[in-house]
This record gives sequence, C-alpha cells and structure tokens, in this order.
Amino acid sequence: MREKLKVFSNGLLKENPSLRLVLGTCPTLAVTTLAVNGLGMGLAATFVLVCSNIAISALRRVIPDKVRLPAYITVIATFVTVLQMLVKAFVPALDSALGIFLPLIVVNCIILGRAEMFASKHSVGLSALDGLGMGLGFTGTLVVMGSIRELLGAGTLFGVQIMPEFVDPMTLFITPPGGFFVFGVLMALVIWIEIKTDNRKRRSIGCEGCPSAAVCGGKCPETAQGGEA
Amino acid sequence: MAAKLAMIFFSMILVNNYVLVQFLGICPFLGVSKKLDSAVGMSAAVIFVMALATSVTWPIYTFLLAPNGLAYLQTIVFILVIAVLVQLVEIAMKKYMPPLYKALGVYLPLITTNCAVLGVTISVIDEGYGFVESLVCAVGAGVGFLVAMVLFSGVRKRLEDAQPPKCFEGLPITLVAASITSLSFMGFGGVIENIFAVH
Repeated sequence: MREKLKVFSNGLLKENPSLRLVLGTCPTLAVTTLAVNGLGMGLAATFVLVCSNIAISALRRVIPDKVRLPAYITVIATFVTVLQMLVKAFVPALDSALGIFLPLIVVNCIILGRAEMFASKHSVGLSALDGLGMGLGFTGTLVVMGSIRELLGAGTLFGVQIMPEFVDPMTLFITPPGGFFVFGVLMALVIWIEIKTDNRKRRSIGCEGCPSAAVCGGKCPETAQGGEA
Repeated sequence: MAAKLAMIFFSMILVNNYVLVQFLGICPFLGVSKKLDSAVGMSAAVIFVMALATSVTWPIYTFLLAPNGLAYLQTIVFILVIAVLVQLVEIAMKKYMPPLYKALGVYLPLITTNCAVLGVTISVIDEGYGFVESLVCAVGAGVGFLVAMVLFSGVRKRLEDAQPPKCFEGLPITLVAASITSLSFMGFGGVIENIFAVH
C-alpha cells in the first residue's frame, strides 16, 4: 500500500512532469491562456496517459523490444483518436480551445516517456497509478499556469471577474511572451524552494526522459557534452 | 497566387513563428540552441523532414483518407508515416549521402517525436491548403524554426556570461530570455498582410 501511494504521489510533486522533469513544455506554454483550458488539457492528457500506461503495461511481455517505440506510438495514437472523438462529441468548446494541441498529445513527451520508463517495467496496477499521478501533476501545473496568466492578463479566474475594475488587465500575460515568462518565473520559484529545502534537482532538456533517447542512445550532441539547458 | 504563397511563407516565419508564437517544438528550441552549429544542423533537418512529411501526408489525407470517410484516422496515420519516413531517410542518407548523414544524422531520430513536424502536417489540412500551399507552409514553418534557433543561440551565448540570481540559473533565465525574444516577434503582427495586400 505504501508503495502504491508512493508511485501515485511521485508524479504530483517529486517528479512533477512540467516543473521538475521539464517534459511536455509545448502544451504547458500554449494552452494556458485560460485556467479552464489548462484544466481541460491536463485532464485530456491524464486520460491518454492512464489508458496508454495500462495498455502498454499489459502488453509489455508481448511487444518485442526492437519495435517497442513504434508499438507504443501506435497505442498512444489510438487513445488520442478515441479522446479526440469523445471531446468533439461531448465538449466541443474544449475542442476548439485546444485546437491542434489535442491531436498533438500523441507526441507529448510525458506519455511516451512514462511508457518507456515506467509502464514497460511495472505491473498494470502500478502503471495506472503512475499515469494518474503524473497526469494530475501535469494538470496541477497547467491550472496554476493558467490561473496566473488569466488573472494577470484578463483579470478573471475560470471566467469569473476577480481583479477590481480599476486594475487594468496586463494583456501581455495571455500572449506568447507571457507564457514563456510565467513558466520561467514559476520554475525559478520551484528551484528556490528546492534550494531552501536542500534537494536541488538537476534539470536538463534533452535526454533525461526524452523518449528519443532510446533511439539515438544518448548520442545527441548536447548531452554528449553533458548539456544542461 | 504568388502573393498568397509569399504571404503564407513569410507569415510562417515572422507572424506565426512555430516556436516563438505557436509554441511548437519547444524541446529542441531549448535543448539544442546552445551552439550555433548544432542549432543550424537541427533546423536543417527539421526543414527537410517537414517538407518531406507534408508532401507525403497531404496526398494520403486528400486522396486516401478523406474520400473514404477515414478522416478520423488522421492522427494515427500521420504519426506513423512520419516515424517510418524519418527511419527511411536515415537509412538512405547513411548509405548514399554519408557527408549529409554526418551533418544531419544525429538530429533525425529526435525529430520523430517533434511536435512541430506533426503540427505542420495537421495544420495544413485544417487550413484547407492545396498541395503547393501546404509545401510552402511547411518549408516556411521550418525556416521560421531556423530563424528562431539561430537568433536564440546568439542570445544564449550572451546569457552564459550573465549572473542571474541562483534560483534563475539554467532553464528559468533561458525561458525569460525566450520570452523577450518572443516579444520582439510580436511586432510583426499585421505587417505581412499589408506588405502583400492580401486580406
């Protein structure tokens, strides 16, 4: 039971995919102009993550090692297609808000990364928990990002006016530069907490958690030189 | 027609820049932009794969999927086509063009899961572009990626000597720098339409 709880809570804080593992950066920046979009994107990714983790874990003895990445991609793409149909049918507003980022969940590094690092080595139950924890950790980050950007950029939170009328909304925050800025400051905040609590995590964009690392064998030029972003 | 193609091309580079405005392909943008030569190599591979992928996926969608009511298979077919294509290109390049493979080969596997490539193939379908327009759009998106990478590798070079507060070191300050680079691209909004007089 303790182990299960640990697997589940891992993704929430200790290995939060966006802020500590630096995975899935594109949707984190792109869809968080409104808190509700962040929530929708996070839940959509969680759905795919849980389903694909379960399927891949169940098939882990069947899939030959050599073709595992194409097999994983096929499984993930299938669930994304299911998700696209469900969202189009039941929440069309979310479909138009997320636009191209809904099908792009296929190439979200979090999902392929968890398949490669966790689901291919653990039991179905644990993989489902891992997917749920990671997905909710991702959702949490997106909602926080979306709330900050919506509050500062539009003065509202989940569509409800929060800021008093005389405070002009800073539109910059809901534009692309605002996305980079809020994410940067949020990450700095997390690092500040890490320094205070003395467990600094080394962040790198590149091979740690990059699903392509399995293909290129960590030979990409950045990591060969011990690259740290 | 020429004006429309030119507008698509330049707006993909400046106004709708894939990296800085649309947030596609952020991982390679932050990961491989540290050195100018690797930034250029990666971008060249991206331009190549984007153009190739679009020229294969567009006919597949238009002549195979759409007429047979299989449009819902778009995502799964496109990602598999891109994955196979990247593998094929890598094998062919290794055998027939070793110098090119030496320059671009290391970046190719990274591109399979690059969201910018899948993104461009899906968005040309969503926009309803014809074949030539799609190709121009794909090349434009790739060149836009190159411009962003090259500009940003210069910014990164200067950033190395900077001494930000401890908690901003590394990725956070890079993201803030990306924010300012992105801000400079905001200035292009609306410019392109006026230059080519297409509304």
